[in-house]
This record gives sequence, C-alpha cells and structure tokens, in this order.
Amino acid sequence: MTTPPADGGRIELTDLCKRYGTGPLVVDNVTLDIASGEFLTLLGPSGSGKTTTLNMIAGFAEVTSGSIRLGGRDIAPLPPHKRDFGMVFQNYALFPHMTVAQNIAFPLRERKVAKSEVAQRVERTLELVDLTGMGDRRPDELSGGQQQRVALARAVVFSPSVLLLDEPLSALDRKLRQSLQQEIKRLHEELKLTFVFVTHDQDEAMSLSDRIAVFNEGRIERVGTPADLYRNPGTRFVARFLGESNLFDGRLHPGGLYEWNGHKWAAPATSPATSPDGAPDGAGHERDLVVRPERLRVATEPGQVPDGANRVPATVTGLYFQGTHQRVELDYGGVTGTAVLSPDAAGDDLRPGSGVTAHWDPAHQVLVSRTPTP
Amino acid sequence: MTARPWLKIVAFLVGLFLTVPTLVVIPMSFSSSQTFRFPPAGWSAQWYERLFTSPEWTTAIVNSLQVGAATAVLATVLGTAAAIGVTRLGERAKGVATGFLLSPIIIPNILIALVIFSAFLRLGLSGTLSGIVLAHTALALPFVVIAVTARLQGMDPALQKAGGSLGASPWSVFTKITLPLAMPGVLSGAVLAFVSSFDEVVISLFLQSPTAITLPVQMFNSVTVQIDPTISAASTLMVLVVSVPILLAQVIGARRGNRGRQR
Repeated sequence: MTTPPADGGRIELTDLCKRYGTGPLVVDNVTLDIASGEFLTLLGPSGSGKTTTLNMIAGFAEVTSGSIRLGGRDIAPLPPHKRDFGMVFQNYALFPHMTVAQNIAFPLRERKVAKSEVAQRVERTLELVDLTGMGDRRPDELSGGQQQRVALARAVVFSPSVLLLDEPLSALDRKLRQSLQQEIKRLHEELKLTFVFVTHDQDEAMSLSDRIAVFNEGRIERVGTPADLYRNPGTRFVARFLGESNLFDGRLHPGGLYEWNGHKWAAPATSPATSPDGAPDGAGHERDLVVRPERLRVATEPGQVPDGANRVPATVTGLYFQGTHQRVELDYGGVTGTAVLSPDAAGDDLRPGSGVTAHWDPAHQVLVSRTPTP
Repeated sequence: MTARPWLKIVAFLVGLFLTVPTLVVIPMSFSSSQTFRFPPAGWSAQWYERLFTSPEWTTAIVNSLQVGAATAVLATVLGTAAAIGVTRLGERAKGVATGFLLSPIIIPNILIALVIFSAFLRLGLSGTLSGIVLAHTALALPFVVIAVTARLQGMDPALQKAGGSLGASPWSVFTKITLPLAMPGVLSGAVLAFVSSFDEVVISLFLQSPTAITLPVQMFNSVTVQIDPTISAASTLMVLVVSVPILLAQVIGARRGNRGRQR
C-alpha cells in the first residue's frame, strides 16, 4: 500500500444540503474541510444528519445542493463505484457467499488487477489486520470482531484515498469495541489515509479523532479537536453531548457578573469562550454557565470554600466509589450535576442526603451560547 | 414433548386422504386389463407403451414440457426483475405493486381464461403454444415473485452499498452479489413456475387447438371420447414430473439452509 498524494485525500464539503421530497432539510448547509490524512469524526445523536452526510460523500444519497470535492475534484455527480472510497458498515456487510479472501479480493477483481497481484495483496492485507491464515473461512465462521477486521481489510486493500466508517463498532460488545478502536487507530497511523468516521458515541469520537464535527438537527454545531471541544464547547448542545457537565441557565450581567437562581457568580471577561461566536457580551445576553465535573469541588462546611471561588449549595443524591476516582451526584435545587473527585478528596461526612457546597475556580467555568438548542 | 396418539392418527388419516387417489393411479397404470379395475387383475406395461408411442400422447407430452420450460424461463426472468424492483419501492407503492403482481392467485382461473381467450382471439394467439406460454407466465409470476422477495428481504441492504463502495458497477453488483444470494429463491420460483404450468388445465383448454394440446388437455379429451387406461399412465407421469422437482428443491433447500445456519 502506497502513501496517497499529499492532497489526494482532502475532502471539501461546501454548503451541502439534503432534502427528501418536500420535507425539511436533513442536512442543512454543511461546510467542512477535511485535510488529507486526517481522522475526522461526524458525531451527533440519531437523526442529526451525520449518516446522511456520509452517504452523500459515499454517493449513496444524492446531493440536493452544494458541492463535494475530493482532492480538488467535484465528485458529486459520480456514482459510488467511481468515487474510490473504502467503506466500512455497521453490520460488516461481508458477502456471505464468498470466503474471507474472496471478500477482500472483490475490489481488486472489480478493478481488473492481475491475479498474482490480487493474491499477494490479499495476503498482505490479511496480515495487516492480524487475520493471517483465515482467508479460506466463511464470514459466518468468524466472530463479530474478526468480521469487522475483514471488512476493514476489504475497504483498504485497493489503496483508496479515503476510508468512510459508518458506526463500525456499534454492533460489537464493549470489550471488542475497545480493541477494535485501537485497531482502527493503528490502521490510520499506518496507512495515512483520510478517515471519516460516523458515530453517536462521544467516548469513541474523543479517543479516536483528530477533529470532531458535532452535528445537531442537520447542522454542524462545532468543529474542533476533542480537547478543544471539551474545554470550550461553545454551545449548550455540545456541552451536553460531549462529556458531562454542570450546566446553569442563568443570565450574564455587565461587569462580569453571572446570576443564576439568586446566586451571583464572578464571570470575568477573561474566562475562556465568553464569546465563542465573537458576539458581544451585552447585558442579559443568553448564556449558560458550564463547569466540567472534574473542575468542581465539594465542601461539607461552607467555611472550607476558598476565597474567590464561585459557590452553590447542593444536596448529595448519590456517591459512587470507582477506584481511580469517585463520582458525586448533586442536586442544586431542581438542576442536577456531577462532581468527579479523587478517591480521598472527601471525608466520611459526604453521604447521600447531606447538604454541601459545590464550588469552582471561575477560571474553570465556560460560558456557552444557548442557541441553537435542541 | 408429550406423545399425543390421537394427533398422530388424525395426521395419518389426513395424509392418507390426500395421497391415496394418487397412489391408486400408479398400480392401475400397470394393469393388463382394458378397463379400470382395482386392484388390477394382472400386470403389464402396455399403457406406457401406448403413452410413449401413439402420436397424440407424445405430442401432448412434448408440448407440455416445452410450454412448462418456456413458462419457467419467462416467469423467472420477469418475476425476479419484478421482485428486485418491488423491494426498492417505498412502503405504499410496494403494497400496490405486490397486490398487482400476486393478483393471478386470487382471481378465479376461469375468469382469467375467458378474458385471455377473447383477447388472444383478436391477437391471433389463441390456439398457439406461445399463447399458452404467455398465459401460463402470468399465472406463474406470483410464485417467482414470492420466492425471490422472501430471499431479498432477508438480505442486508448494506451488501449492495458495500459492492458499490468497493468499485462494482450496478450490473456487477447484481450479477456477483444480489443474484447469487437470491439464487435459492430464483430456483424454487422456477420449479414452481414449471410445475404450475405443467398441470394447468383451464386456460389450456380454452386456448387449445389441434396443434396446441398440452398433456392435461389431452387427458381430458381422451376421457370424453372413451375411457382408456392410458390416462392412468399419463397421470403417473404427471405425478412424477410435478412432485420430483418440488421434492428435490425442498431437499436441496433444506441442506442449504442448514449450511447457512451452522456457526
């Protein structure tokens, strides 16, 4: 397998729209520039348009308007078999009437590759996915994880410039999912192809991707690296969908004051992402305040709260010891949240039902815009 | 499972009721006498000799085999195409299309025969074997559509997408993926189409002419003229030609099914 040309795997989506019949837009003006060799994940709940977007890239769904370019070439009018993408499906989609080797040879045969070379490349690709010697088996004689590895082999054996993966791990159980995640990551590093990965699983997206595009109601809500999106979600939807959060829907007042439910908190203009979209932070601007669980501290006595911290009284509703950390479920009076503490951070006073004070450093909170909301 | 003797007895009796008339015909076809008598007084193969030598019987047998084969080919090609087309339609259109395709099963055959007869008279197809083939194809279509649709519905639609994504043109996807996987349904559809044509009487009676007589029609005609034990030899032939392919298809189908299930 050769390294594809520098820009050959670049995908540019411009104002991409999809509408079925006279219905609403399922994909609404999606613009995305995927670099060659990048691992990009389309993340979103079901019905958010991520799979339709992938199907348009693959050629299975017609584009209503907008353009799709691969390596600078407009591919929207091409049928799927002329687009030269590898694709991996949720239920493997192996051909049940062919052996593993015949499955992997299929794309080479369709491309009229010489017989001797087909055998060589099939053998090499079987080795790549760690299935040496399995070539004569039938797909139904393999485990789910092995079947998906065959599907991966089949999708990369013809050296496409892009690999599309449509929820490839959701049919597998937890343990297999993790080992196949590593497999996919390793393949990406070895083959240096562009990977476009669709999933609704935020953990999968976070651990695999170079960048994530978060979909909501047909639109891309945010694009960024996993760390960037986690620290700086930008919108309420992304904050909720990606990781856990303590989210307060109050009001931002001029002079760096945030008010929620009668509590007044410091909201210095320097705190990150005060204006993710560059909009001015006028008085009463609609913003939610988000604190990630690992940034939240819990004090059993109000006196323990350090000076300068933002604070809110809470009731402990659950306490879960998990070895490396402990989870504290909190109730702020109708609004629930979570704190993740180190195993020895809280004493014996912390138990379900006890009243505590949750607090955090204002530098660790982020403000996110409320619209668009789901 | 508890043994329920009365259930076995009832099942046995029903089985007997269904098969005895057929089984009586077979010994009678080997009778040495000129009349229908059961059990036969003596044994001979004279009626088979007559069946396979007299021109009116041999022509009818050849006609029936030709019509059956042509019907099987036509109905299988059209029915398979129709089944593939129907599975790609939306829910509503699918219901309407399936209803139309399966209507020959529901509409009384005599009605179809009358309509086809008057239409074929005008088209000059009445009294021709091709006319009978066309009419039988319409009747056999539902069998093929049902058998192939059942196979296609069990198929993961992602397989065809996968074929496309791997560089196979739509035709290539059809010949290398869809058709091989639908093949058991296509074959059993073909067998059913052949069999349904081979023992069809009503339409063949309407469309018959001295040059277009099928075996069931010849049997009917021979009885109206004189009762002659050749008909029991012909019946035995019918039973064989109809039941052997179906039994074979069942055995092969069962074996394939088992192979698909083992893990």
